Amino acid sequence: MFSPGKKKSTANSPFIKTAGLVDEIAPGTVLPFKNGQFYLVRYADGGFLALSLICTHLGCSISWNSKEDQFVCPCHASAFDNKGNVMSPPAPRALDTYKVIIEDGVVKVDTGHKIKRKRFEKSDLVYA
Amino acid sequence: METIRKADIYQKKRARNLVLHLHPIKLRKETIRFQLTFGLGGMSALLFLLQVFTGILLRFSYVASPAEAYDSILAIENDIFFGQFVRNIHHWSGILFVIITFLHLIRTFYTGAFYYKRRWNWIIGICLMILVVFSNFTGYLLPWDQLAFWAITVSTSMLQYVPLAGNWLVEFVRGGVDVNASTLLIFYNFHTAILPITIVILMVFHFWRVRKAGGVVVSENSSNEMAPSDPDLVLKELVTGIVLLAFIFLLSVFFNAPLLERADPAFSPNPAKAPWYFMGIQELLMHFHPFVSAILIPLLFVIGLIWLPFLKFDRQYEGIWFFNEKGKKLAVLATIVSFFIVTIAILISEFLINFEGWLPSLPLIISSGLIPLFLVATFLFILMYFIKKQYRTDTSELILFLMTFIIVAYVVFSIVAIFFRGPGMQLMWPWNT
Repeated sequence: MFSPGKKKSTANSPFIKTAGLVDEIAPGTVLPFKNGQFYLVRYADGGFLALSLICTHLGCSISWNSKEDQFVCPCHASAFDNKGNVMSPPAPRALDTYKVIIEDGVVKVDTGHKIKRKRFEKSDLVYA
Repeated sequence: METIRKADIYQKKRARNLVLHLHPIKLRKETIRFQLTFGLGGMSALLFLLQVFTGILLRFSYVASPAEAYDSILAIENDIFFGQFVRNIHHWSGILFVIITFLHLIRTFYTGAFYYKRRWNWIIGICLMILVVFSNFTGYLLPWDQLAFWAITVSTSMLQYVPLAGNWLVEFVRGGVDVNASTLLIFYNFHTAILPITIVILMVFHFWRVRKAGGVVVSENSSNEMAPSDPDLVLKELVTGIVLLAFIFLLSVFFNAPLLERADPAFSPNPAKAPWYFMGIQELLMHFHPFVSAILIPLLFVIGLIWLPFLKFDRQYEGIWFFNEKGKKLAVLATIVSFFIVTIAILISEFLINFEGWLPSLPLIISSGLIPLFLVATFLFILMYFIKKQYRTDTSELILFLMTFIIVAYVVFSIVAIFFRGPGMQLMWPWNT
């Protein structure tokens, strides 16, 4: 019935980080997972996105500024909106993302592989 | 009694022989005039030896792994007798090594020691300069504190803007996607083995080619009077060396090498700055697309330096600072022009120009990279044309103007980035940063 190989790939991989329960992450929150090197964002429509915290300009780590509703990079003042789109350069493209996996009401993020993109697309979002 | 004296004399003779093997027995008096060379080449060699000596001492205690590197530096500073002092000497002489070799490069340029028969040594010298910078750069990571980690993260990230191979290059240099344990090991190996060994090999060639070119560059009009290298040259070398060592020791007694908090990959300090000698490039990054500022401009500069001795020169100006009276004037003029133009250009670019905003449909590399570069190149071309017409310069004099302009520009860029950039790399007065 259960394929042990498949189960192993999500449960035991060191790159899969458990971020929390779907129900406990309210829409409109930005959660930092600094050890996992990402921010987990849940939007008003319930969609999830895991944003890498490495600035696409020169690799400094960005942080969330909740007052101005944007991610800012301390190195060269790049700014990104809550979807990772560039709001002010020098960053040349949107923040990279990680794949979000939702299993049994638990949100997990696969930090083993970074996904590069030019700008945010609706299809980047993952729903429960 | 008699036998001891004999042995004593023999020892002294041997020491002398060693010194004399590095120098010719006699040389032209003009070549040992201190104001001709300021002993910069010799100082560089001494600084290299000092780096090797203190570096070997540090190697007895340093551990090249992210878990232990920082603690081993703390142990060197706090638990080991004279550990802090040795680290300070290594730090300060490392900085001086970059400065002095750069001044040595400038000296050889301004005294015309790059023409024809010295052209290969000029190129070996440029290679050595680059190796010295990379030695310092690889050493920068080793303390594994916040300063080290983020300076290396930012600097190695610049490689991603190399066309086609960028991402591959970054991962190759770091031994992974991010700066990690492999990066530390790679940098450690380069810093303590590959780079010093390469420097030794090139240094031997460098010295040999000076001898081969007939010694240090001198003016053809200078007197042919000869002097014995022992004691005339050896004494000057000894005094210069001792003064330099005394200066470094004093510096190391009073000022400790910096050590910030342990490296934290999740938290960049604000502002995060590159090593000081790359700060000029970091300032360029504020004004140009990274491909232009971090790759194209430095590459063009190095290619220009290597190309220099292969240009066609109508006249050679050897052994006279700034070539002639006109050259002195041009150097002063270039310094003043460069200082004002670059300062104004930084302000204009910071507050008025926004090509990527004005031309949103163009790719960033064109709007914020190639268009500004084209404007700067056009300006330089017009400036050079004006100087050539106005001062009737020959090739050497024109290049002297351009070289001075570029060096002063880099100094201004560095000063702005080091002292006038605060949090978020915003432009502000030094007392507000």
